[in-house]
Amino acid sequence: MVDLLLQKFSEVSFLSGMPSALLFVLAATLIALPLFMFVAVNALVAVYAERKISAFMQDRLGPMGQGVGLHAGKWGLLQTVADAIKLLIKEDIIPALADRKLFILAPFILFVGAFIVFVGIPFNQHILVADFNIGVFYIIAMSSIGVIGIIMAGYSSNNKWSLYGAMRSAAQIISYEIPLALSLITVIMLVGSLKMQDIIIAQHGLIWGILPNWFIFNNPFTFIAFFIFFISGVAEVNRTPFDLPEAESELVAGFHTEYSGMRWAFFFLAEYANMFIVAAMTSIIFLGGWQSPIPGFLNGPGWGLFWFFSKAGFLIFVMMWFRWTFPRLRTDQLMQMCWKYFLPFSLINLLGVGLWDLWLN
Amino acid sequence: MGADIIFWMVVALTVGSAFLVVLSQNLIYSAIALLFSFMGVAGLYIFMMADFIAATQIVIYVGGILVLIIFGIMLTQRIRDVRISHTSMQRGIGGVVVTLIFLGLFRMITGSPWHFEAIPEVEGTVSGIGKLLMVEYLLPFEVTSVLLLAALMGAAMLSRRGD
Repeated sequence: MVDLLLQKFSEVSFLSGMPSALLFVLAATLIALPLFMFVAVNALVAVYAERKISAFMQDRLGPMGQGVGLHAGKWGLLQTVADAIKLLIKEDIIPALADRKLFILAPFILFVGAFIVFVGIPFNQHILVADFNIGVFYIIAMSSIGVIGIIMAGYSSNNKWSLYGAMRSAAQIISYEIPLALSLITVIMLVGSLKMQDIIIAQHGLIWGILPNWFIFNNPFTFIAFFIFFISGVAEVNRTPFDLPEAESELVAGFHTEYSGMRWAFFFLAEYANMFIVAAMTSIIFLGGWQSPIPGFLNGPGWGLFWFFSKAGFLIFVMMWFRWTFPRLRTDQLMQMCWKYFLPFSLINLLGVGLWDLWLN
Repeated sequence: MGADIIFWMVVALTVGSAFLVVLSQNLIYSAIALLFSFMGVAGLYIFMMADFIAATQIVIYVGGILVLIIFGIMLTQRIRDVRISHTSMQRGIGGVVVTLIFLGLFRMITGSPWHFEAIPEVEGTVSGIGKLLMVEYLLPFEVTSVLLLAALMGAAMLSRRGD
């Protein structure tokens, strides 16, 4: 997309005189800015949705506008806006004994790790910043940067609870990356390409005449792989029932205990961005991405956006559903689930998909 | 050219943070500087059209080895109390050796006849690597995987000895 913009710039007369380096920066910024806005708006919407969904699941009302003044807007719509403003103007506290440089750097590393993943995510047929040859692998690679940010935050806070939280988090993320990647490989074996758009296009059409040809329905092994992928994804982003890194009621909130104000907000932005990434990846790889459930029906670029966001939004809703209905796992149960159940199952899955593809196609 | 500027930025990032790794007196700073150095190396791979290797570099080195290094540092006892965990000694002799090695390398780099060639547009390196690994270098590939498995089992054995 940068190349496309540069080409467009060269056609505009008053821009063509400028140095190409400046144009390059301009093009990159023009793409990065909407993505950043998207990440911020995504967090705003997700926080509101989370509060409302949790409230309805617990038979409460959640944030509501009260009385004549409508304090938080109708249905509490302005609640997250108020929260965001509060976070912006809150005092920025850095503990006296904290490692200042790393303490300041950590939230940015974490956020950048989440943000650059968006470069590889196709929103519809055309809106995709770069369709890498290594698309899926790029996303897996970039999401491993965030771990360093978490460890930095835990270490630099100079607080043993933060450090323990960071260790728990890193151990969890690294462990669940393995079943996640293995269940991803099952699909890549069937597609024969790492490109995101190739994976989505491979899911075109119908299977058995009724079901959409999404990889979740493709064969029994990819059906299992879908669940392993999504649950591992939930564990990757540290959400309940896998939210040991920040179990605020039992374990003193983990790596971001000492953070406040805007720096804390960056952790939050990264968390909701990661949630969206997991939902988007799952819907792209197993649920056909921007493809309509009925081939040829409502399949334009605009509808592509609609289908993509409906699928991703539904999966985000499922994650919130998990959060308010499942109890938290213990650390040993968490590791047991990953290493004793998910890992063998995904290895068998991999073999199964290979045999299925060999014999049936 | 935009690409040129980015190339020199990547080079500066790689070399600058590599210097920081060596010169920093705080072990954890060195580890974090290593992160940026690894990222820079991944960037250099991209300039060589080796996109798969670049992503592998990040997965293996940033996601695996660097996390392992930081875990090692954080789990080592009393490293938090001693802020200066590694100091430089014998700077004079070290400086002389380093300068000599640098001059030798510099002479070699500037003296050797480099073979320049326009990089062909490669349509993805993944399938090429896959075919080479699965056809031509199948035996080394399988032997390496057995070796890694043995290392994994050995590590598990060693860590369970206490039980």
